[in-house]
Amino acid sequence: MYRSAVYDEPFLNELAEGEKGKMKPVTGIPVSLQRKKSVDLPDIDETQVVRHFHRLSQMNYGVDSGIYPLGSCTMKYNPKVCENIAGWDFFAGTHPCQDVSTVQGNLQVLFELERMLCKITGMDYFCLQPAAGAQGEFLGMLLARAYHSSRKDGERDEVILPDTAHGTNPASATMNGYKLIEIPSTGEGTVDLYVLEKSLSDRTACFMLTNPNTLGIFESDILEISKLVHDAGALLYYDGANMNAIMGEARPGDMGFDIVHLNLHKTFSTPHGGGGPGSGPVGVNIKLEKFLPVPRVAKNRGGVYVFDYDAPESVGKIKSFYGNFSVLLKAYTYILLMGSDGLKETSEIAVLNSNYMKKKILDSGKYEMPYKNLRKHEFVLSCEKLKQEKNVAAKDVAKRLLDYGLHPPTVYFPLIVKEALMIEPTESESKKDLDSYIDALIRIADEEPDVVKNAPVNTSVKRVDEVGATKTPVLTWKDF
Amino acid sequence: MKFIPNSALKEEMLKDIGLKHIDELFSDIPKKIRIKGLDLPKGLSQQETEKKLREIAGKNKSFCELLSFLGGGIKPHYIPAVVKSMISRAEFYTSYTPYQSEASQGFLQAMFEYQSVIAEITGMDIANASMYDGATALGEAALMCARVKKGRDVFVIPGNISWDKKSVLKNYTQGPNISVKEVSYDKKTGRVDVSKLVDMVDESVAGVYVENPNFFGVFEEDIEKISKIVRDAGSLFVVGVDPVSLGVVRAPGSYGADVVIGEGRALGNSMSFGGDSLGIFASKNEYLRQIPGRIIGMTKDEGGKRAFCMALQTREQHIRRGRATSNICTNEGLCALSAVVYMAWLGGTGLRELGRVNFENGQRLAKSVEKVDGFKRVFNGVHFNEFVVKSDVDVDEVNSGLLKQGIQGGFVLDEKCYPGLNNCMLFGNTEMHSDSDMEKLVNALREVS
Repeated sequence: MYRSAVYDEPFLNELAEGEKGKMKPVTGIPVSLQRKKSVDLPDIDETQVVRHFHRLSQMNYGVDSGIYPLGSCTMKYNPKVCENIAGWDFFAGTHPCQDVSTVQGNLQVLFELERMLCKITGMDYFCLQPAAGAQGEFLGMLLARAYHSSRKDGERDEVILPDTAHGTNPASATMNGYKLIEIPSTGEGTVDLYVLEKSLSDRTACFMLTNPNTLGIFESDILEISKLVHDAGALLYYDGANMNAIMGEARPGDMGFDIVHLNLHKTFSTPHGGGGPGSGPVGVNIKLEKFLPVPRVAKNRGGVYVFDYDAPESVGKIKSFYGNFSVLLKAYTYILLMGSDGLKETSEIAVLNSNYMKKKILDSGKYEMPYKNLRKHEFVLSCEKLKQEKNVAAKDVAKRLLDYGLHPPTVYFPLIVKEALMIEPTESESKKDLDSYIDALIRIADEEPDVVKNAPVNTSVKRVDEVGATKTPVLTWKDF
Repeated sequence: MKFIPNSALKEEMLKDIGLKHIDELFSDIPKKIRIKGLDLPKGLSQQETEKKLREIAGKNKSFCELLSFLGGGIKPHYIPAVVKSMISRAEFYTSYTPYQSEASQGFLQAMFEYQSVIAEITGMDIANASMYDGATALGEAALMCARVKKGRDVFVIPGNISWDKKSVLKNYTQGPNISVKEVSYDKKTGRVDVSKLVDMVDESVAGVYVENPNFFGVFEEDIEKISKIVRDAGSLFVVGVDPVSLGVVRAPGSYGADVVIGEGRALGNSMSFGGDSLGIFASKNEYLRQIPGRIIGMTKDEGGKRAFCMALQTREQHIRRGRATSNICTNEGLCALSAVVYMAWLGGTGLRELGRVNFENGQRLAKSVEKVDGFKRVFNGVHFNEFVVKSDVDVDEVNSGLLKQGIQGGFVLDEKCYPGLNNCMLFGNTEMHSDSDMEKLVNALREVS
């Protein structure tokens, strides 16, 4: 049976004391700004610092610990070789404003990565600046606005999205000042063409779509969708969170998408780092190129790479410098490693693993799966039956999985599936690991409800009171 | 196939689910858009990949080979080995956003400690668990001011911040129609022109941003006065900081800041060509529910034991969707982890020493550069570890001359972005620069001027 490490690890400021009270100001700093009160931070011996964070790490689960099938998050193995290379001083020790002759290697990486992403997605140009998928969406919305304004079509103030959309989609659109129109999915779990057509108008700036969608279903009507959207004068936006399903099989550019964001920290295997740094490059077709952020990387006739700021219609910048470079470098390395054959194989096995799990779990009859049967790299189960029969909720199943040493799937998303478990195994898991996960899910469904509802018991803490954390916020060590 | 264990079991697994060919799994994709494969080279072995990357890396010069005095908001700092060692724990760096708190207590506690450290050095009540970088933190701060001060639609910034930040801010404020107004700086001191600010701040202003030290490296000595002007008008006061300075410079909380933002990369993160940034965002308790981004809270588990989880998630996009305080999801978690390990290693005493050495090196370098004929400091305001220099010789010529001697000169201020600063550059140095390094620069400048 699985057991997580358990430490009652004190806070840093419980490990040692720091200087408190008055300090001698530093001469020369303007008197009005001199610090006179010491910063109250502990002075800890290096050994203690190391043990502290080492112990904390042991109370954390990463994809190197085991399967991590969070739907729409693509938690796959992160090759160590990519990590190593990104850590080389030749890359990590470079300043973004160095003379370009001294960073030709970095510019080559950026230049070539852009072209690789174009080939994978079928887009014409890429911008590597966005720091995450949501920032890619934000940039996409800015580009849509710039595009419509340049055509004197600036009255378009609505963004349409399906009810299965990721939460960042509506948030990015409203942050850009757009009104949202959410359209309900069909009984098959896909875009309702009739409703879409009715919702499109000369107010529509953009239709945002994930394909395959968050149910893991490929939108087979994509060419019709594309036609409807473009006939209405709007743009088609691709949320690339699920790109791991279709590499080498189909490309968003060929489907008619105008703007695409990718999540390099998902599909291209850069680690998620407990929440970042990520990278959300944005690809566009030729009609949107002139609006892309500056600078662009270009290669001049002599084969020298340069930064090009000459783009009068560019939206400017959305982040300092050129994006999260180390993440870009890891993705570049990953694409070189995998190549055309490896990326195609990646998607094929990611989809095979998902459909294998889906079939085995559904065959057990313990869980249900509403909507269409064929899924891509992920599928969404419902625990509604368990809820009705045993009062065991999706959350309980998730917590019980932790006791088996398995990371739970995404829960309660997409919102249109009751008691949802959204499972994305990725290509990284072996058949044996998939089988163990399937067995665990089936066993949990048969366990005494009390056992499941009291889970987890094998983790470093028992079930955490999240409601309490919000009701009475304690957000720094001074708060208690 | 590497990293894909089931490649060898494809046939068997297909059979298990009643399929014959892998293509059947993709039968829902219209034929018209199916592709045969990708137009990329075949994959390389790890050894070949490493070799290729070594060739590419060889076209770069890092700080180790190229002594650099670039300012512009990013500079080399010493990173103790402890940082790399700790953030390389795979339990940390291969984990996702800690949605499942029981399996993420380690990362959550570390982020809680990060928030605590940031709150302490900035003198604020609370901090979030990171934004993308300093520039986007400013954008988010402007949006937050507009949310808090409903009905006010102006955000004031000073002219002495970077063009990058202004451009990012313009993009962040476009959606809610916030109008960004710029207050000029004093051409002699390089500081915000307080008399102009007074005229600009009225009841239409949601927030005012000031950076200390500002982009030109100069301390805003009148910060108390500015703070009072802003607060008297009922606007929020947003202050940008360089955390390296906070061991020796007053915490913004002590002079009335409502929001503190900054670029936190200097805390244990490498320059990485400008990537791997860390946006600091701290504020007061009263604005807690308007703060963007992830916040970690302390709570209890069912057994009454200390435990951590993501708090106030109802502000966030995965719950609130279109009505969230921000669209941010993935942040800069691992960079925040670097920052808290670094700060634990440094301690309060170390942070003070870091600040002192950076300040004193900054003064020493400025004095030395000014001794060279043809180079004059532009502003007479006291600076931290960066300063603007005007050159008699063309700045690009200066820099290419320096480069021939193995030195990267200052950050050239493009006049289109920084009007009035023709032929000027920003020099910067840190605890990484020895006296002999500075001497090298001065000697080289003599040769090119």
